[in-house]
Amino acid sequence: MHIKVKYFGQIAEVTKKEEESLEFSGQLISELLETLHSKYQILKITDFKVAQNQELVSFETKLTGQDIALLPPFAGG
Amino acid sequence: MTNRYNRHTILSEIGQNGQDKISNTKVLVIGAGGLGCPILQYLAAAGVGTLGIVDFDVVDISNLQRQILFGTSTLGKNKAKAAKARLEDLNGDISIIAYAEKLTHQNALNLFEQYDIIVDGTDNFETRYLVNDACLITNKPLVFGAIYKFEGQVSVFNYKNGPSYRCLFPEAPKQGSVPNCSEIGVLGVLPGIIGTMQANEVLKIILELGNTLSGKLLCYNALTLQNSILKISRSEEIIQSVLKDKDIFHKKVVNFNCEIDSALISIESILSEENIQFIDVREPHEEPKVESLDVTSIPLSELEKNLSKIDSTKKKIFFCQSGIRSIRAVELLQELDIQNCFSLKEGALEIKNIISNRHYDRGKTEIISSK
Repeated sequence: MHIKVKYFGQIAEVTKKEEESLEFSGQLISELLETLHSKYQILKITDFKVAQNQELVSFETKLTGQDIALLPPFAGG
Repeated sequence: MTNRYNRHTILSEIGQNGQDKISNTKVLVIGAGGLGCPILQYLAAAGVGTLGIVDFDVVDISNLQRQILFGTSTLGKNKAKAAKARLEDLNGDISIIAYAEKLTHQNALNLFEQYDIIVDGTDNFETRYLVNDACLITNKPLVFGAIYKFEGQVSVFNYKNGPSYRCLFPEAPKQGSVPNCSEIGVLGVLPGIIGTMQANEVLKIILELGNTLSGKLLCYNALTLQNSILKISRSEEIIQSVLKDKDIFHKKVVNFNCEIDSALISIESILSEENIQFIDVREPHEEPKVESLDVTSIPLSELEKNLSKIDSTKKKIFFCQSGIRSIRAVELLQELDIQNCFSLKEGALEIKNIISNRHYDRGKTEIISSK
């Protein structure tokens, strides 16, 4: 499956890009995250949520969408 | 007085009826900083009847780049009080109350009870979770905004049975894992944009106009001008777990992450120690280099691939540009069960200055003693 992954905030700093496209054959969001972890090891210790097709979902959700976003919390004000 | 709100009242969507609703609403803004200033400025101008401002901090010259209610004449003054003085000049027809104190579990519930809408303009996770939980317990809508460098997030929580901030991010991240503006910098105009969006959400709630961001998180990027709106679902389980503790809420204190706190040290305290490995986790191009120390360079992004460069027999001292990445490095190694790792509070420039001052002082002493 062809997937577009968007990165926000400090995650985009780690990946050094705001989005990327990749081919992925796994079933779950968590499997996609494992692939991304091996590519960007720092993701392991970063807190973030995942949105699939503009909707926040748990990591155990089945991968159905082509638009994935990794979203960290922001503290600043 | 009659003309002040003319541009509102001639809008058929607002009218005198809507303007009266604005005048009869009490809004509490937590934090009079980058977000709080534009929120307060627009809500005062719009004629929100009662505006409460909570901020214990004082105005610093580095705030003036973005905190638009302050000027050189208010340097050193309490932000809540300085904001009140400025806003009273903007609109003398409304009531403005300054709370020059820290928001705590002890004072939050009582304070929130006195207002209709709460606005979060704080700059740290501890207070954000405190504000969210207090809004849940007192059943008040929360207009949320947060910023990071060139990006912002806006939402409306606890409104009409919608989700809360904890439904999005259930727990605060570890201390030090997410930097704030004072540590990492922020584009001055960004809190202006995000704070103004928050003021807009407040007015839409009061006027019951349009669609609010309840159940949605707006993510704004000032550099790409990309706006993403992501759906958030309400988690009944998470909300009930906050509500079940409401009777002990006022007894709580903010939790700090002891493990990471104890791993933070200052360069002064270890310069005389031996058997130390200094590790710079910045990228190779970053300046200044700290030549006076024997430094192993391992960029944070490559830390896990380079564990063999870490000397297990030595005390490991990590540093970077500001002290954020070095904390992440220590956290990462703690998770991998690598012991004896510490992060310097100071950034590279400060470390360099402290060391060169020490050499200078030592030089001076030698000259004096040789006389």
